[in-house]
Amino acid sequence: MKNDSYVEKIPTGIPGFDHISKGGIPKNRTTLVSGTSGSAKTVLAVQFLAAGIKKFQENGVFVTFEESPQDIRKNFLSLGFDVEAWEKEGKWLFVDASPQPVDAPYESGSYDLGALLARIEYAIKKINATRISIDSLGAIFNQLSERATVRRELYRIASALKKMGVTALMTAERIHEYGNIGRYDVEEFVADNVVILRNVLEEEKRRRTIEILKFRGTDHQKGEFPFTIIPNDGIIIIPLSAIELKQRSTDFRVTSGNEELDKMCGGGFFRDSVILVSGATGTGKTLMVTEFMASANKSERCLLFAFEESREQLFRNARGWGVDFEALEKAERIKVVCEYPEVKGLEDHLISIKEIISEFKPTRVAIDSLSALERVSTAKGFREFVIGITSFIKHQELVGLFTSTTPSLMGGTSVTETHISTLTDSIILLRYVEVYGEMKRCLTVLKMRGSMHDKDIREFKIDSLGMHIGKPFRNISGILTGNPVFLQPYELERLKNMFKEE
Amino acid sequence: MNKYLLKLYITGRTPRSERAISNLRHICEEELNNQYEMLIIDVLERPQLAEEEKILATPTLIKQLPPPLRRIIGDLSDKEKVLLGLDLMPFSITQNPSSGDPTR
Repeated sequence: MKNDSYVEKIPTGIPGFDHISKGGIPKNRTTLVSGTSGSAKTVLAVQFLAAGIKKFQENGVFVTFEESPQDIRKNFLSLGFDVEAWEKEGKWLFVDASPQPVDAPYESGSYDLGALLARIEYAIKKINATRISIDSLGAIFNQLSERATVRRELYRIASALKKMGVTALMTAERIHEYGNIGRYDVEEFVADNVVILRNVLEEEKRRRTIEILKFRGTDHQKGEFPFTIIPNDGIIIIPLSAIELKQRSTDFRVTSGNEELDKMCGGGFFRDSVILVSGATGTGKTLMVTEFMASANKSERCLLFAFEESREQLFRNARGWGVDFEALEKAERIKVVCEYPEVKGLEDHLISIKEIISEFKPTRVAIDSLSALERVSTAKGFREFVIGITSFIKHQELVGLFTSTTPSLMGGTSVTETHISTLTDSIILLRYVEVYGEMKRCLTVLKMRGSMHDKDIREFKIDSLGMHIGKPFRNISGILTGNPVFLQPYELERLKNMFKEE
Repeated sequence: MNKYLLKLYITGRTPRSERAISNLRHICEEELNNQYEMLIIDVLERPQLAEEEKILATPTLIKQLPPPLRRIIGDLSDKEKVLLGLDLMPFSITQNPSSGDPTR
């Protein structure tokens, strides 16, 4: 940051924000946060102070033009912020400029906001604050009729704050998600730094995003980043493009749980890689997950997120293949988390998955299936989720095994794959193939980053002992497209000779 | 007649503050027949009072007594508005400008 610019930034402590802002918000300056109603402006303003208190021992002043301090205390207590306790400790101070229940004042002649400024200065000095949130500017325009005066005075307040050495966050309303920065031309006086919060309705789903529009004189990540609000943590921004491709990579391999598959993959899965298993329903994806979980050695811990089947079903199926999940769970070597995808939004799923991983500290993670999660999100949101989860898993140096259900029985690809195939390190395809009126299963390793792998399409069978990979299919072509063509032996011979002659 | 308790909040001795004070003095002398008490509070010296009273703009005149409590902001140059805020009927002035009859 030192060689970046002369504009110093302070970390906000809001999860993800410091990443997308490359270090926080500009120090001793005012940053405008603009958003439509319900876009979590007040949450951000409160959290800016709360994070300062909790993480950096920085005290904060909250100037409220809209909600009364009582309302804010109450609303944020349910979100896990005990504002009242901080007030008692002298770390948080309200400047209450919310509308009073008495009649609106009469206006007679010119005035300024000198009293407000004096109160703010007094509050900052009183608790030695370095952070200030002002929420929200639109409300003060409703309280006073002289717009030009209010604008001039807000500008004066912003420059006074700069002199006092505090870093400020001001919120302002906007009417449209995509349009003017704010009502009342507020951007005129705090134009240095603008952050926009959005709450867009897309395909009947709400999607919250944050965008840093500009930081004058300093760098930041561009574009919109999704975020979510969860109890006790508040806003959590999911930095996607901010995720750098700088995961360490190892040559250390782990077994997939199937000896033959390990051979096909050139010796097993890499430890910090993500593998996608794609196949139609019933091709053996869950079996592969089960074998992968069961083959972990005693020092390893496995975590399974199941979004399609219940615990009982999973455990019963595993027993059918000779794997006792119950005993493994008792020994704390495995943890199974079953949930309906619909219980929460995808952003919340991502956060809870990350939390469980950080808590349980597994060495292997499986998600069965990713395509079930696709149901609860838009295409864009899903893609962001997959980027988020893959990069997280790789950073933790875990092996991740994701399954994806293809919509058609024979051949074909799913939407899931087109989204995520470039993000995963290895892809294993499980397919049905019809051979002379009989359904057979086949498997192929489509991609194996950083390693040689078997390119054959191999037949496999499932019995009570699990998966058995057999010989490659010969004399058949077009399995993966779902239109197998049987080649006669003389045809094969001809093809072989064709290349010999050349 | 009720006794008036008026509080005028100002920020420092700026021209606007002085204007407000002199305007208020004039109105009081003309309309209130010395039946008033006037307090001038400088918020730069006593910000805590401004906080308690939730003063936003200056100058702010608060009519503490008689009830109801009313606020008038500005330099009080608009006399009619001030009289309205003090519950001194403005039409009595238009009818008889010289008399300051605070009829209610």
